Amino acid sequence: MARIIAGMGTSHVPGLGAAMDNGKTGEPYWQPLFKGLEPVRAWHKDNIPDVTIIVYNDHATSYSLDNYSTFTMGVAEEFIPADEGWGPRQVPMVMGHPELAWHITENLILNEFDMAVAGSLEVDHGLTVPLSVAYDQPDVWPTKVIPLCVNVIQYPQPTPLRCYKLGQAIRRAVESFPEDLSVGIWGTGGMSHQLGGERAGVLNPEFDTAFMNNLVSDPAANTRLTHTDFIREAGCEGIEMIMWNVMRGALNDNVNEIYRFYHIPVSATAYGAIILENTD
Amino acid sequence: MTVRDYDDVPGTYVLDSRNYRKGYHLNMFLMSLNKSEARAAFAADETAYLQTYKLTEEQRQAVLDREYLRMLQLGANVYYAFKLVSHDKQPPQVMYGKMAQPAMSFDEFQAMMMAGGRPIDGNRSKKEQQNG
Repeated sequence: MARIIAGMGTSHVPGLGAAMDNGKTGEPYWQPLFKGLEPVRAWHKDNIPDVTIIVYNDHATSYSLDNYSTFTMGVAEEFIPADEGWGPRQVPMVMGHPELAWHITENLILNEFDMAVAGSLEVDHGLTVPLSVAYDQPDVWPTKVIPLCVNVIQYPQPTPLRCYKLGQAIRRAVESFPEDLSVGIWGTGGMSHQLGGERAGVLNPEFDTAFMNNLVSDPAANTRLTHTDFIREAGCEGIEMIMWNVMRGALNDNVNEIYRFYHIPVSATAYGAIILENTD
Repeated sequence: MTVRDYDDVPGTYVLDSRNYRKGYHLNMFLMSLNKSEARAAFAADETAYLQTYKLTEEQRQAVLDREYLRMLQLGANVYYAFKLVSHDKQPPQVMYGKMAQPAMSFDEFQAMMMAGGRPIDGNRSKKEQQNG
């Protein structure tokens, strides 16, 4: 059977991808961030799953006010890196795993999670920056990818609890897949940041630290937060962190924290990364 | 109009049904800049390109003037507005700084972030903000 081996949480700030794409990672502004990512990359190098479910959000790229589903599964053979306003990132094509994606989708819908299904989907920095975080700049991404797009932009977003339960349902779906596949799952976005409005630039390291602590030892605590808790405490865009709950829900109750890294700032964002492995 | 419990978070614009309806055409204009042909048409004649979207006069002027905070007040969402500052080939901190109050230059905004960002203490609610 297929099984989930580990989860990662990571911010997906576009500037991080741009720094890599434009060869700026050695500059003083970026150097501490990429130094801190070295252990992330070392771990990923030794733990490449057959397939990675990347829980991310689209930023007015493929979805918009015209149609933005709460949860969308990407079931295509491949996903093109999108032009989101400044030309497409020059990164490898993202290869899908339609068989597992469809298996999970069917299983989720038959278990009351009404997923939207995307057979064609251009993916933006929300998905490609985490790949760059994990794998740097390869010619081909070493893992196949199932994009799971979550609406975190338009109110009301799914509740933090619903996200966690979705993760639990994904795990059951993966484990009912007959082929022997290793699967990773990443929650992306966050951590605290507010890009817009008079309060732009607000950060909250205490909130972020508590959120990461809870991910490790008390994930239910992160499901009791409300939309307004995130907006107020973590900034308007900090609500992206609900996608980390999907990742956590798909893991065992008990996990080992392999690595954690936190750095301020990346653009207007508090950058966070955490790697969690299932314990037996 | 429905009152939301996040309405007392200061200086914050949530893309809810109120802003969705107010900003629909404005946001769809902003999103159109994903396409290189649209960026070229906008660059060639901003006023003419904006005429192809059903913006209010205020919205149109805010776009032409790059009044980003005004755009948010008129229904724009920051992820959509990101397309405009990118089109102008400016770093997003230029836009964030213009929206911030008091407004900041790129360097000032960058310096605030390098120093740890805007503190959450005093900025959780309008009441907390008034109490300083």
